[in-house]
Amino acid sequence: MSNLTVNTRLLRKILVGFIREEVEKVGLKRAVLGLSGGIDSALVVCLAAEALGPENVHACIMPYRTSNPESEAHARLLAGKLGVHHEVIEITPMVDPYFDLFPEADNLRRGNKMARERMTILFDHSAAFSALVLGTSNKTELLLGYGTLYGDMASALNPIGDIYKTQVWQLSEEMGVPRVIIEKKPSADLWAGQTDEQELGFTYREVDELLYHMVDMRCNREELLARGFAPAFIDTVYGKVQNSHFKRRLPVIAKVSNRTIDRDFRYSRDWGK
Amino acid sequence: MDFTVALAQIKPKLGCVADNLAIVEAAVERGIREKAGLVLLPELALTGYFLKDLVPEVALSLDSPEIKKLVELSRHISIAFGFVEVSPDYRFFNSALYLEEGEIRHLHRKVYLPTYGLFDEQRYLAHGERFRAFDTRFGRMGLLICEDMWHLSAPYILAMDGATTLLCLSSSPGRGITADESLGSTAAWQKLTSTTAMFLNCRVLYCNRVGYEDGVSFWGGSESVAPCGDVAARGMVLEEDFVLAGIEEGALRRERIFSPMMRDENLFITMKELRRIERERDC
Repeated sequence: MSNLTVNTRLLRKILVGFIREEVEKVGLKRAVLGLSGGIDSALVVCLAAEALGPENVHACIMPYRTSNPESEAHARLLAGKLGVHHEVIEITPMVDPYFDLFPEADNLRRGNKMARERMTILFDHSAAFSALVLGTSNKTELLLGYGTLYGDMASALNPIGDIYKTQVWQLSEEMGVPRVIIEKKPSADLWAGQTDEQELGFTYREVDELLYHMVDMRCNREELLARGFAPAFIDTVYGKVQNSHFKRRLPVIAKVSNRTIDRDFRYSRDWGK
Repeated sequence: MDFTVALAQIKPKLGCVADNLAIVEAAVERGIREKAGLVLLPELALTGYFLKDLVPEVALSLDSPEIKKLVELSRHISIAFGFVEVSPDYRFFNSALYLEEGEIRHLHRKVYLPTYGLFDEQRYLAHGERFRAFDTRFGRMGLLICEDMWHLSAPYILAMDGATTLLCLSSSPGRGITADESLGSTAAWQKLTSTTAMFLNCRVLYCNRVGYEDGVSFWGGSESVAPCGDVAARGMVLEEDFVLAGIEEGALRRERIFSPMMRDENLFITMKELRRIERERDC
């Protein structure tokens, strides 16, 4: 059995409790999230529906004109199965006029813009429905920086940010995510045929094993080599984690006073909750 | 004597002393209604755990109205609970009180303040400097706060000081998910409470909180552990609970006859060797 195998029943209980308590603590009862048709948001919507009741979950399906139509179909399938509120908001009319001004923009810029467009929609719905935005970035993506800062990485609560993609698959089985969603290749769906693993250059299962040993078990380089990880693979992944660290932190504040936010002005977010 | 202990597995609100006092009072009153002799509440029951810079704002002196209120309630039931204490010289402690018959019977200031991994207590708090057993109407007891229990010397000192009941108040975060039935932190604590009871022929009464703070869960699972190490009662995991457990004096007497390790524990050898180690470390 892999080190990444988890007790999905227990994990489900912790994550469902997390969503319920953290939403109720701030005096709310609803959550909103983007449903892409992929497995991460599928898992989160299942957890949210169980935590808050499907009637309190609002899913935004936000395709772009190049999105695979299958993605929207899968999102609709799941939203319908769970009975959560859902609406389709196409982002093409917001994104395209912008890039008419910058036709030379590459895929990275376009992908980031789409992710941030979706973020603004979710936070607008957050205000409209008094609902907290649920994040859908898993631990693998967060560690590798495989996401858009202030885009898909933005949320109020992220129930799956401490579980690896390999564990997302396991928990999705437990939660009854439709097989078609579990079994398809993970994709950011920015252009036709794109897959995460192709873009990253390794599989999630491979990198999750490495990240688990590197991050969770704190194995040093020698210990990782002894466990059979290739030197180039270790270096690439270590570099990705290091270079994306800025995405996991608040903006850096220049310190001049005696109490600077987050440095010597430290409070939990649940302060008074 | 035989008595009933109530383990109040509550969910404090972070930094809200008035709200938490109401939660604690409700638990105490329930204990009285249920005819428990002693009610245990978790570490930092009056404040919540990840306080950081809130520490000075939520700290209470021993003569504060909040503490006096609980002291008053202890005329009806003995009470052990955790809070942030401010001393007259403005040090802040992660403290616990044992209240009985309208008096403070014992104050314990957490000695071992974890400052590693997700913990950062030493940044905000001063550490206590003693482990002392104390007499109660249920016999001699020792009081420990969470991390204290992980230092073998702490329960050992209390047992050598004559404690036959160890009270441990906790805010233990849930972490370490694997394929196993329990979280890593749960499994580790369960081994610890049982082993400590067995080693020292003592009862262990463990009260852990529940709820979430900034995404960290507290797993509950409060326990009454018999002196043989068997768990007599256990609270639910990750849910609020109010565990009532009967404590039988005879179980302690019988265990101390079957396994007289504490009778045979040689304080002279222990002290001699510890003094030698101390001397050698000095050089």
